[in-house]
Amino acid sequence: MVAQAGTFGRVVLTPRGGISALFLAIVVLCAIFAPWIAPYPYDVQDLSISSQAPSMAHWLGTDEFGRDVLSRIIFGARTSLTVSVVSICVSVFVGMSLGAAAGYFGGAFDRAVTAVVDLSWSFPEILIALIFVAIIGPGLESTMMAIGIAYLAQFTRLTRAQIMSLKGETYVEATINLGAGHLHVLFRHLIPNALAPVLVCGMLATGDAIILEATLGFFGLGAQPPTPSWGAMMNSGTAQIFLAPWIIIFPGLTVALTVIAINLCGDAVIQALDIRGRVRES
Amino acid sequence: MLSFAVRRLVMLVPVFLAVSMIIFLIIHLIPGDPIDNLIRTGSTPEQKAILTAKYGLDRSLVEQYVIWLKKLLNGDLGEAIILRRPVSSLITQNLPYSLALGGLALLFSTVVGIVTGSLAAIYKDSALDRGVMALILLGSTVPSFWLGLLMILVFSVQLGWFPVSGARNWHSLVLPVLTVGLGGTALVARVTRVAMVDVAQKDFVTLLHAKGLAPLRIQLRHVLRHALLPVITILGLRIGWILGGAVTVEIVFARPGLGTLLIKSLNQRDYPVVQGCLLMLAIAVMLGTFLGDLIQAAVDPRVRGNLK
Amino acid sequence: MALLSVRDLSITIGRMQPLDRISFDLGKGEILGVVGESGSGKSLTAMSVMGLLPLIRGRITSGQVLFDGIDLTRLKEKEYRALRGRRIALITQNPMTSLDPVLTVGSQIDQVSRLHLGLVPAEAKARSIDLMQQLRISEAEVVHDQYPHQLSGGMKQRIVIAMALAADPDLIIADEPTTALDVTIQAQIMQILVELVRDRGLALMLITHDMGVVAQTCDRVVVLYAGRVAERNTVTEIFAAPQHPYTRALIGCIPRTASQPGSLTGIPGMVPSVLDYPSGCRFHPRCALAQAVCCDTVPPLEPVGVGGLTGCGLAACHFAGESAPAKGMRHG
Repeated sequence: MVAQAGTFGRVVLTPRGGISALFLAIVVLCAIFAPWIAPYPYDVQDLSISSQAPSMAHWLGTDEFGRDVLSRIIFGARTSLTVSVVSICVSVFVGMSLGAAAGYFGGAFDRAVTAVVDLSWSFPEILIALIFVAIIGPGLESTMMAIGIAYLAQFTRLTRAQIMSLKGETYVEATINLGAGHLHVLFRHLIPNALAPVLVCGMLATGDAIILEATLGFFGLGAQPPTPSWGAMMNSGTAQIFLAPWIIIFPGLTVALTVIAINLCGDAVIQALDIRGRVRES
Repeated sequence: MLSFAVRRLVMLVPVFLAVSMIIFLIIHLIPGDPIDNLIRTGSTPEQKAILTAKYGLDRSLVEQYVIWLKKLLNGDLGEAIILRRPVSSLITQNLPYSLALGGLALLFSTVVGIVTGSLAAIYKDSALDRGVMALILLGSTVPSFWLGLLMILVFSVQLGWFPVSGARNWHSLVLPVLTVGLGGTALVARVTRVAMVDVAQKDFVTLLHAKGLAPLRIQLRHVLRHALLPVITILGLRIGWILGGAVTVEIVFARPGLGTLLIKSLNQRDYPVVQGCLLMLAIAVMLGTFLGDLIQAAVDPRVRGNLK
Repeated sequence: MALLSVRDLSITIGRMQPLDRISFDLGKGEILGVVGESGSGKSLTAMSVMGLLPLIRGRITSGQVLFDGIDLTRLKEKEYRALRGRRIALITQNPMTSLDPVLTVGSQIDQVSRLHLGLVPAEAKARSIDLMQQLRISEAEVVHDQYPHQLSGGMKQRIVIAMALAADPDLIIADEPTTALDVTIQAQIMQILVELVRDRGLALMLITHDMGVVAQTCDRVVVLYAGRVAERNTVTEIFAAPQHPYTRALIGCIPRTASQPGSLTGIPGMVPSVLDYPSGCRFHPRCALAQAVCCDTVPPLEPVGVGGLTGCGLAACHFAGESAPAKGMRHG
């Protein structure tokens, strides 16, 4: 607990880490308390005020159906964050399990996992995501599935590498030689030590997942109307780009700032834990 | 070197088979009868029967795959449902646009990325370095389709320097290439900088300084040369990623191309076209990775040796 | 006059001051051993003389490095560069990492004579092959076109030595040239280095932590501890009558055939971190003879001359000359 508090402190006390963590906290709070914070509902249309420029009443303007852009961004945070965080969490969990098992037990299973991981590694995430959208059809479920699978290789690969290098450590060999069971070694010695780099990597991947969600949403393959998501908002806005650029500018800016904050915060965590080599290596 | 290339190429065969299998299975994995996914709604039972026979849909999955693969190797990718044209002709029509955009973006990323990355490394901790680092952060966090839209707003609508959309002349390529290229540039610059800073701390570089060589010469002739190895590796691995960027950017600039075709077909559920596009992109990714391997082997004598 | 004369050299790296008023001299045809544990500042001394401190963000704050009458600390970078590799050459610790892995070893030797002697490629190659043969590399023509990963460690270190010799330097700084090699190869490489000094009359600054090597090869010794000179003397005198307790401890670490089982002594504790040097004599926390004065006052480096020995020896210990060698070190 002391060590964790120390890490948190070291992250927040750096200017980059502090500001980016604060920004992320605000975004998360907006997502959680959206109905109370947002000045307007996200789905009420009022064509009499469609595509209005930012004003005192509508800080970020209104979209082509007269919906408040700020409110939709605030509600959109729910979709975008849930989709990316949940799918990355699942991906991290599955990837860690696969990677840990492959790295620890080796053999044919390891070769099979490595082959699949290497295969998907060279393919861009967007391509993998599009394949899944092709199979499952557009929508949030396929977006989540696509994100989860697109990043699976990364976590499997990283965990496997960590486990392999830890397995060679003298203290682990000693534990095995003393007759400790596989589960004991895996859960007491290997996984706890491999956890930090994989989690930080998961955090950085969440940023990429937000972009991927936004991209799929922008193509109309993600969240379906009227569900607001940062990407989907921009999809409906392309037709209005010359008349009402704010419909596109602000959701995109939100995505960009959030992802920048995640990256800066992740860098600060890496620095605080001093695990740069272990995260960025693969 | 030739045997290395051949071995690498042979290693691609199982990868190609695996990928083509996944893409082949798309038709069977989507809910519903595969035939309904291959044909216009409202077709008569006779038409269905003809197509079922043509695609061998009444046979086992393995046989179907073999038939599909044979056709594929003959350049037959089936027929587009909506556009009612052979998929292969749609692809050959769109491919040059994607290749032009992807290739130029790759070139741009490589050149600009290496130049800015090595400048940042040589003048580490200077204002120039911090500027490049900020650019790298932006390039790797801003969604490329959004960047494209911003470019259109600023350079086409406000300043009127470039056309908003289309692909009539080289002029229309500038903004898309910049948009796709920024992400790739950020990647290349980051890898170059990290690798150069890393190499500069190695013993042999200290010894080069001890030999009395000029620092700039050491940086450019020795350090950069080593740093290029990881850059080439990453580029090879990520060529697909840069091409993927082209997929998302084409549609923003309303350019013809594989990406536009793919996204349109996905939205229209035109599965034969989807399969064809995904396959082409996968092949592009594989060839890109292969090319990266070759260049790496040409630059680093150890890579050639290790694989013997 | 000495070829190399380092006078009161102090350097800083960031807020650290890892070298504090180091002085020593080295003449032509001489071998000077610079001895100490890791972290005592040996390699930094080498980097300072080479003028390569900026690479590790260090700088000289005071003192002089006189080489053949020139104060190197006042040289412009360009003038310094003309000396590096030409008149002062460096041999680094680990031959595995000291060669550029993507260039043939021959071209790396050629580079030096082409740069400093203005040779054309063919001349440079001939000269390199000649040098390699002198260093007893068999089939030098073949080796010339090989890459570092194709050669053994001992062979690579010979290449590094050939690189150092390529422009006929006056001074070679060898930073632990044998530590990374097999024991059998170590002797060969040391022999090559000693012969170079004797045959060519060049000066060698040999950085090592091994008093055994010093005893066999060096003419003079500087013992460094925690960034300061602990003791300085000729090799015969320092082994005959070590004055500083640290020197005695280092000598006590040499295994000997005649020594009693169990008499081999290590030095308790560790070299202090550069961020946390003890006050007074920096060795006092590890010294068996330490008194109150050792904690408070920095002992000056003063001439010693005990037991009828005449010499130029200097030691920085409050009790230099008074103290008898500690128990268990009186052998050999």
